[in-house]
Amino acid sequence: MSQPLHPNAERTELDYTELLRRSSPNKTQLSELDSEEMILNMGPQHPSTHGVLRMELVTDGEIVLEVIPHLGYLHRCFEKHAEALPFPQIIPYTDRLDYLSSMNNNLALVMAVEKMMDLEGNLPKRIEYIRVLVCELNRIASHLVAIGTFGLDIGAVTPFLWCFRDREHILKLLEWASGARMLYNYIWVGGLFFDLPVGFEERVAEFVQYFRPKMDELNNLLTGNQIFVERTANVGVLPLDVAISYGCSGPMLRGSGLKMDLRRMDGYSVYPELDFEVCVGTGEMGTLGDVWDRYKVRVDEVAESLKIIEQCVEKLQKAHPRRPDFDPRALCPKKARPKAGEIYARAENPKGSLGFYIISDGRSDIPLRCKVRSPSFSNLSAVPAISQGVIIADLIAILGSVDIVLGEVDR
Amino acid sequence: MSTAQSFADIQAAIAAQFPAAIVGEDATVRQPWLQIAPDQLRDVAFFLRDTEGLYFDYLECLSGVDYGPKPGKIGAVYHLFSIPYQHALVLKCTVDRGTEEQLPVIPSVVEVWKTADWHEREAYDLIGIHFEGHPDLRRILMPADWPGHPLRKDYENPEFYHGIQSAY
Repeated sequence: MSQPLHPNAERTELDYTELLRRSSPNKTQLSELDSEEMILNMGPQHPSTHGVLRMELVTDGEIVLEVIPHLGYLHRCFEKHAEALPFPQIIPYTDRLDYLSSMNNNLALVMAVEKMMDLEGNLPKRIEYIRVLVCELNRIASHLVAIGTFGLDIGAVTPFLWCFRDREHILKLLEWASGARMLYNYIWVGGLFFDLPVGFEERVAEFVQYFRPKMDELNNLLTGNQIFVERTANVGVLPLDVAISYGCSGPMLRGSGLKMDLRRMDGYSVYPELDFEVCVGTGEMGTLGDVWDRYKVRVDEVAESLKIIEQCVEKLQKAHPRRPDFDPRALCPKKARPKAGEIYARAENPKGSLGFYIISDGRSDIPLRCKVRSPSFSNLSAVPAISQGVIIADLIAILGSVDIVLGEVDR
Repeated sequence: MSTAQSFADIQAAIAAQFPAAIVGEDATVRQPWLQIAPDQLRDVAFFLRDTEGLYFDYLECLSGVDYGPKPGKIGAVYHLFSIPYQHALVLKCTVDRGTEEQLPVIPSVVEVWKTADWHEREAYDLIGIHFEGHPDLRRILMPADWPGHPLRKDYENPEFYHGIQSAY
């Protein structure tokens, strides 16, 4: 019998091991296993699961027979909270979904609410370019974490340190603009929190100049590295039909060879005016859709994001410069109360397609339902399908290449 | 070159194949939707996925929705997208709310789109919809022994869970 954690709680006759077993039981029963097989528990505290993900592995020696992910260790009731909050107050909560790309999350929610309030397309171009600029900066920061930790997962420590060093420059820039290092709450319904600080555009241009050679260095060190290629090529091959059936998106889907990027396809914000390529996997080192392809898509996307950033900086300096009377909050509604109705809006996040399904009853400021379709959730669901029969070390590589953020999987 | 079909065309194609399937619609809104009878949902889903010219191969999002105790309805909303044709469709399947012992039943579409597996588990977990035919309907986000379904409008948060204060 154990002591309750709170004086008012009922005492329980069960010990904590039994309580844990009840709250998160294994799916596989010991009696179902053959004599050679065993259940290996990976996580929730495991550095290679990129957060608090628990994976129940049925193994035969080093071979993984079955992977059963157990989610929910980071469930923070986003959707329940959102049903009690006015629309603008949901934005800070979206920061905490995929906390490596908060700007992109802000943009996705704000776009959904703006569509419901018919604000879409009426915003000043300067606001749109600033939004795209900070989102692409954030995309690079997110991809740097993905690339760095992926290298770390399979034993390359140096790229991790380089990636985090350069990511810090981006975080400092975004902190300068928004006041926060990771959780920005910068993009608001109908505008922005603040205009960019004076000198921001110049600093971003400097950063691009600094960062391009660093990406070349990283490519020289990691991308073509023979040890790295041996570990990643032909591993975790995700065929395109499987990827589509599991609802994969982002680099995971493009790594399998499909040229699908919502920035191009939906053409939201000012993306149609910008020049960039959609990067896809080619199977250059092995099979199309393997772990290396997904990694390479991210590396290529960083270069494309740099192109977008350069164009945005130029537009912000020349075509839509800073003016003293420019108020980025001029169009922000005092009370965000959309008409009764519903909307599903999606945006291309670093991890994939982030969608918000929002129902408003038109009588209150709070949504009736706010469902998040998170890319990591769908991408992770494809892992069991492509991990049967791999060795445990390869499973780590597969999971690293999916680039999950548990804040978004569990919400 | 394949072209996107309009909502009216898609609706006509479904109505021609399944005359009794469409029980509600709204074509006036920004994202028009069709309400499908629960007993026909799986057939309609297969039809939408496999028919040439429709080819909805991508289930973007599956949301469970509780419309509240007053209308007494609960439902699932399917946001479909066709990658080759680039058209989208919203399906709804709405049923009575049921009780805690007798959860509302909606047929599962796991066989049609694999991504429905986890999304249906989530809707079961948070809204309390029983997806008939789902191969592995367990809770996914909440602990396995959690009481009730938190996203129901009349849900009351338990004060304690295993001796841990959980009220917020």
